[in-house]
Amino acid sequence: MTITGSNITTTNANDDILLDVRDLTMFFPVTRGIIFERKVADVKAVDHISFTVKRGETLGLVGESGCGKTTTGRAILQLYKPTDGQVLFQDDDEGNFIDLTKIKGERMRRMRRKMQIIFQDPYGSLNPRMSCGSIVGEPLTIHGLAKGKEYRDRVEELLTIVGLHPYFASRYPHEFSGGQRQRIGIARALAASPSFIVCDEPVSALDVSIQAQIINLLEELQARFGLTYLFIAHDLSVVRHISDRVAVMYLGKIAEITDRVELYENPLHPYTKALLSAVPIPDPVVEATRERIILQGDVPSPLHPPSGCNFHPRCPIALVPGVCNEVMPEFRNVGTADNPHFVACHRV
Amino acid sequence: MGVLLQVKDLATQFFTQEGVVKAVDGITYDVEEGETLGLVGESGCGKSVSAMSLLRLIPNPPGRIVRGEVLFDGEDLVKVDEARLREIRGNKIGMIFQEPMTSLNPVLTIGRQLTEALELHLGMDRNAANKRAAELLHMVGIPEAETRLSDYPHQFSGGMRQRVMIAIGLSCNPRLLLADEPTTALDVTIQAQILELIKRLSRELGTSVILITHNLGVVARYADRVNVMYAGRIIETGTARDIYGLPRHPYTLGLLKSVPRLDQAMKEKLDPIEGLPPDLIDLPPGCPFRPRCKFTIDKCAVEYPPLITVGENHRAACWVDVTTGQAR
Repeated sequence: MTITGSNITTTNANDDILLDVRDLTMFFPVTRGIIFERKVADVKAVDHISFTVKRGETLGLVGESGCGKTTTGRAILQLYKPTDGQVLFQDDDEGNFIDLTKIKGERMRRMRRKMQIIFQDPYGSLNPRMSCGSIVGEPLTIHGLAKGKEYRDRVEELLTIVGLHPYFASRYPHEFSGGQRQRIGIARALAASPSFIVCDEPVSALDVSIQAQIINLLEELQARFGLTYLFIAHDLSVVRHISDRVAVMYLGKIAEITDRVELYENPLHPYTKALLSAVPIPDPVVEATRERIILQGDVPSPLHPPSGCNFHPRCPIALVPGVCNEVMPEFRNVGTADNPHFVACHRV
Repeated sequence: MGVLLQVKDLATQFFTQEGVVKAVDGITYDVEEGETLGLVGESGCGKSVSAMSLLRLIPNPPGRIVRGEVLFDGEDLVKVDEARLREIRGNKIGMIFQEPMTSLNPVLTIGRQLTEALELHLGMDRNAANKRAAELLHMVGIPEAETRLSDYPHQFSGGMRQRVMIAIGLSCNPRLLLADEPTTALDVTIQAQILELIKRLSRELGTSVILITHNLGVVARYADRVNVMYAGRIIETGTARDIYGLPRHPYTLGLLKSVPRLDQAMKEKLDPIEGLPPDLIDLPPGCPFRPRCKFTIDKCAVEYPPLITVGENHRAACWVDVTTGQAR
């Protein structure tokens, strides 16, 4: 297999890489006309992003709504067909990388067992007409993993793993609270024994006291089954807690990606700085003395992203005329090879 | 500073087929002039219902205010007739609702929705109202305010719609602003813009604000005093500094511990509050937090704890002193 595209290894060079995303691009066409349908524009949801994820780690993906973080997760899993780019996923059996964008049919279906997703909305992502047991067991049937008594035992085991009673198997989604539903979603994602899970805002619909329960559960499961997570969220405090490394997205591009300690203690991109300063801290004494960077305006439409650096219209330090507003900043490593710190900004 | 609003033993119940839901079960608090009061709690704790009850905005049936008084400037809003209440709503008490996407009327222009209250309450004519509406939009930071008056809500982004809601809420210079989760649907950078705006305007205009939210960080920054609610009652009340610095109710303590904080060292594990919030139809006797509480004593199962004074202007509804773990 030939591997093309920019090879940006955002992890440490010696790491065991599970997922290598190169120039991933997802444009959604905007069309006019019914009979003679023609494309008039593209919504540039994800625009040539590259990063790597190593086995067993959690990569946090943060950004505001509409920045393309969910689309990135879905395009990696091939729930959308990416417009361009490669998604290289390490196949356990053979040890080499498979480009997910190139395979289909039976081969794709076999790969899907290894990558699962937990959705944001625990109310919308469970079929109300299926019992909890059949929701959790569906992947077992689809991938032909278990039948009969083995199937029932496995469903019971999965429910126990996520902290639900096995006798809940016969109940229906409406009988569960939000946190319990999210546990069912997690059990379903675990059913086919995946190595990689995309967690798409798994706690943002839940109450504060329940969020901590689910986060702890996700961490326990990661340690127990050696899972790799792509953790998508907009809550920076939660991402800091759960992630090993964090990527910050803005308008379809990655602004900054590095180790979590480095990102929170030494943010370089002005957007990351503004985002961190906007997070309120539950302590009035700390808040009273905290400086805030208030960004002006709204996120521009991905239909017509700004020229040059896409953050320049809101950027508090975009001073370089003819550069920030005209030239797209290079996504480059300003850290070391052992501790990479990638950032896309002219002024860093 | 005087007291602007006095809520006394307010209780709102919903009469459903499954039974009576005691959404708000006897809450008492004051709001002083010019202060910002935070009302915190998780979904279903009754914080929104308690705010809606102040203006009698609870759909009836199934909801009904079953007892209590809401004294606003000495007038009991629970007892006044509908016509008088309409004079107060949007005029002396402004309201910002939770969802900017759905609480504006999609078939009316932004200008019309702003001028409606101005013409109704302040008796302005169309021209004066339009002029004032443009000023209001400008005040909340919407560029080219005059031309945008003729736009419809769908032409505005979420953050801008919430600004319009604030402009409507403040249009008649209310003495009290009810802000029900004003930033929950918005991104953090926009949330910061909106909250700074509410804070600045309330300072400039001397408006009292009741800020309802589930976000502990938001309350910490913007509220002077805080009421923490659980299962339809206020379980702890005090200044923001006391509540966050010295929480005296196990629930407040648990909530503060369960959230990861940006300014603290990273923890291996979070300390969640175990279990689920109770069903408000079928509340057990005693303290409703007891099944999830780490400090229970025998008395907790029998009797509901009243708000006990634990410090200056600081009260908590708990039989146990959480600093020692002993009964009071």
